[in-house]
Amino acid sequence: MNFAVLQFPASNCDQDAVHVLRNVFGHSARLLWHKEDSLGDADAVVIPGGFSYGDYLRTGAIARFSPVMEAVQTFAASGGLVLGICNGFQILCEAGLLPGALIRNRSLQFRCEHIFLKTITADSPFTNQIPAEKLLRVPIAHGEGCYFADEETLSRLRANDQILWRYVDARGEPTEGANPNGSLDSIAGICNESRNVAGLMPHPERACENILGCADGRLIFESLLHALETRKSLAAPQSAAIAA
Amino acid sequence: MNPLIGKTVAGTSSCCRRRSEFGLKAKIIITPKKAVVDPQGKTVQSALAHMGYAGVGAVHVGKYLEIELAGADKETARKQIDDACHKILSNPVIEEYRFEIE
Repeated sequence: MNFAVLQFPASNCDQDAVHVLRNVFGHSARLLWHKEDSLGDADAVVIPGGFSYGDYLRTGAIARFSPVMEAVQTFAASGGLVLGICNGFQILCEAGLLPGALIRNRSLQFRCEHIFLKTITADSPFTNQIPAEKLLRVPIAHGEGCYFADEETLSRLRANDQILWRYVDARGEPTEGANPNGSLDSIAGICNESRNVAGLMPHPERACENILGCADGRLIFESLLHALETRKSLAAPQSAAIAA
Repeated sequence: MNPLIGKTVAGTSSCCRRRSEFGLKAKIIITPKKAVVDPQGKTVQSALAHMGYAGVGAVHVGKYLEIELAGADKETARKQIDDACHKILSNPVIEEYRFEIE
């Protein structure tokens, strides 16, 4: 598979994402500078973490108007898979590709620690390989990860099964103490209504190798790869028929 | 010749040119919506109370922007700033804005 990993001024998890896709999973991944206006032959896009444009104005507010984001809008509208991690999640919300917004942590503190995630639905290209009761232990590192949306948007997210991950304690309960940033409904990650665009504040790319203390993040990338392979195999007979 | 005097004169003329070029100024205030939790506001509120200021109610921390505008009449400027506030300067999901053009 070919992954495009976007790179904005002050992205800082771009190399980690490329490392995981290339060296852990053995796929092709290339960095794409924010001034590019084409995604080329990318099968999926990863918008990595960082502090794009210094978080000026609001997190993700300026990155969202980069030329590459126009290409991402078109790619997403045609069903392409897009995963936004941390700052990538903030950019996707600012871009209107995901509903809601990410605001200053309730504690006003930058939180950098490992948390537990509960996967709410396996029905998405980002969660299909995650066993139902498996809690994912992954790191977070953010100051503005408090998910906010109005009541109407929240009920739509619940009704459409768009909440992909919640912050939980070690027993899998979404307690207040387990919620690191004050996110409404303990929301850590969501997808859009078409289920091809997802964002999450935690960093699965920092938890894909045992040497880093845990490898639970692999399941998210394995889900994404599984979804891409399924799509390719469904598309293959059709193109073979055309060729014949 | 004192080089400092030369600099001052140059500085003054450039300042005058700027003033005529940018005739209007937009003053924009962006605040968090009432429904959005504002931990900064709450923290400032309790700090003020701790310092002994009596009768301090809810505090909301927002942003203030000044934007100089060249060659636009007030009505065009108003439309332009309203559009910019909606698209980029504020996020309608979490913020409200108001502005005046001078």
